Amino acid sequence: MRERSHRTGPGNPARRGPRPVTGRNIGGLNSPRNGLRARAAQADSRHVRKGIRALIRIESVTKRYPDGTVAVDRLSLEIPDGSVTVLVGPSGCGKTTTLRMINRMVELSEGRILLDGADITRQPVNTLRRSMGYVIQNAGLFQHRTIVDNIATVPRMLGWDRGRARTRAMDLMERVGLDAGLAKRYPYQLSGGQQQRVGVARALAADPPVLLMDEPFSAVDPIVRKTLQAELLRIQEELGKTIVFVTHDIDEAIRLGDMVAVMRTGGKLAQFAPPDELLSAPADEFVEDFLGAGRGVRRLSFFTSAGLELTTDPVVAVDASAAQIAERATDDVPYLLVTDADGRPLGWARAKDAVGGEGLDAAQLLSHGRPFEFGRDSLRDALDCAVLSPTGWAVAVDGDGRVVGVASQETIAGAIRDAHAERKGSADRKAAAGAPGGPGATGARRTAR
Amino acid sequence: MSIFHFINAFFSDGSHWHGYDGIPTRIMEHLQYSFMALGIAAGIALPVGLITGHTGRGGNALALIATAARALPSFGLLVLMFFWLGIGLTPVMIPLVALAVPPILVTTYEAVRTVDPSPVDAARGMGMGPAAVLFQVELPVALPLILSGLRSAAIQVVSTAAIAAYVSLGGLGRYVIDGLYQRNYEIVVGGATLIAGLALAMIALFWLVERLVVSPGVRRGR
Repeated sequence: MRERSHRTGPGNPARRGPRPVTGRNIGGLNSPRNGLRARAAQADSRHVRKGIRALIRIESVTKRYPDGTVAVDRLSLEIPDGSVTVLVGPSGCGKTTTLRMINRMVELSEGRILLDGADITRQPVNTLRRSMGYVIQNAGLFQHRTIVDNIATVPRMLGWDRGRARTRAMDLMERVGLDAGLAKRYPYQLSGGQQQRVGVARALAADPPVLLMDEPFSAVDPIVRKTLQAELLRIQEELGKTIVFVTHDIDEAIRLGDMVAVMRTGGKLAQFAPPDELLSAPADEFVEDFLGAGRGVRRLSFFTSAGLELTTDPVVAVDASAAQIAERATDDVPYLLVTDADGRPLGWARAKDAVGGEGLDAAQLLSHGRPFEFGRDSLRDALDCAVLSPTGWAVAVDGDGRVVGVASQETIAGAIRDAHAERKGSADRKAAAGAPGGPGATGARRTAR
Repeated sequence: MSIFHFINAFFSDGSHWHGYDGIPTRIMEHLQYSFMALGIAAGIALPVGLITGHTGRGGNALALIATAARALPSFGLLVLMFFWLGIGLTPVMIPLVALAVPPILVTTYEAVRTVDPSPVDAARGMGMGPAAVLFQVELPVALPLILSGLRSAAIQVVSTAAIAAYVSLGGLGRYVIDGLYQRNYEIVVGGATLIAGLALAMIALFWLVERLVVSPGVRRGR
């Protein structure tokens, strides 16, 4: 449990899990990057610190327009390698300007930006841009080119032959979840969500270490957006790119970001922290307002449900004998969770109705609501299940949907208290040891629910 | 005497189909003037229109020039150039080119300027240079509109190229002008019909060109 609940910092390979090795070298990052990430991981790159190599380092950058408007004001950020850094803030906070200064779509006025230790102005601008994937709001597909040719754009610019570029493009279509049958279609024949997948595939085509994403999912409807967010996290698990992601949607920032930079109007950085820390300790009133209501509950999505104490006492199979039912239905157990022969939940039965009756009648069961996946879903999911359950008990299932136990609202509340205490304790220990790095425990894998 | 009678008489007269004054010769001359004028006009207007459209600068100046050029009377310009430069192709080309430049220039500028900015932004962000952005991103999308500018220029030039005959050159205008002098309305109507037919053929030609060079993604996308 300890291992599970320890959320490793951005860039830690442990969090990413085993990287699938594919023969096609998709996501085959150059070995220097892997080494770089490993070093970053050793030092727990949770916070911006001196001495850790960040792939992108923004140093006291200011953007001032000729009319005197300051879009970005002395911004410094270290973007951790191999992780998602989200720039979020209200409109006019300079987040897009910041992103566009990284690939020099906007030239900075003061300060400098380092890519892998070298000033970005040291190489030709188009060479720089070809080394970074770029995804924009409306996908910006080339309507005169087929989907496969759109994706093959950068490889072709880099001099790949047509066959190789197309093969690569087809691989990427599969990776971003596009049907191969769409390859010969034109952009206007695709839905907005599909177009944005093409946009992501096109940005990944030349396997750049860096991906710049400028409000990529803002123009699609909320359901498609959630799917795309989940897909991005999945792709990121596999590829481990250094992603800079701009959004105005704080929920998106919290869902996607390993690190979140909240910016305020005038191009100033308000807070740069992991989402969990952002929710638990907003730096000031502006960040607190921007985060909105329900911070405490939302933060629970960073706590794993793996430590929850489950009980199997009220769980009975639908074909249980009267004696078995009677044995289960003690005074402490007002409801019994009835499962089918495979252990999948069917619903709740009133204990006093079940005892002495002629077995369990599946038709009279109360709904068990949506169960949560034990260990994988967060405490927030578990709490949600308990709150929505007619009995006040949440049903925990395994990956195959079989019941592993149930937990009451009180049990979950206890687990929340324990998790908070543990998180605080680990933060205190780190502070006492003088070690950099913040609260270390966020166990729940982010799911784009 | 109806127009159809004239047309019928003109085209059924076998002598109209042969020799230096025959229909094939005159059509070839007419097309030669037209395409030469169109080529020169496109050579001037396309680059200027593409570059101004790409940069988005110089639109006001363009509109001014185009309006001024449109106000020029082709026939008056022809006579003026004829007296100035004497007999030759140049005095004919000048008014025809002046006629063709404005529609090509204005539509090309507008076509490139109004291309959706997001693919252009994406292309620049991917590391395409200005020339690649113009030719690989903006031009293919702007092509239908640019072709429509070329088409209307072609129709106007083909219709107006008849004035070449006024300064002793050939072309289908020969029939119209000679016929008027000779009071032979059969030839006048025949020549005019051929000019109109040629103008319609231009529309067909450009339709075909559009089918060939415009991507289906752009054609059906609009």
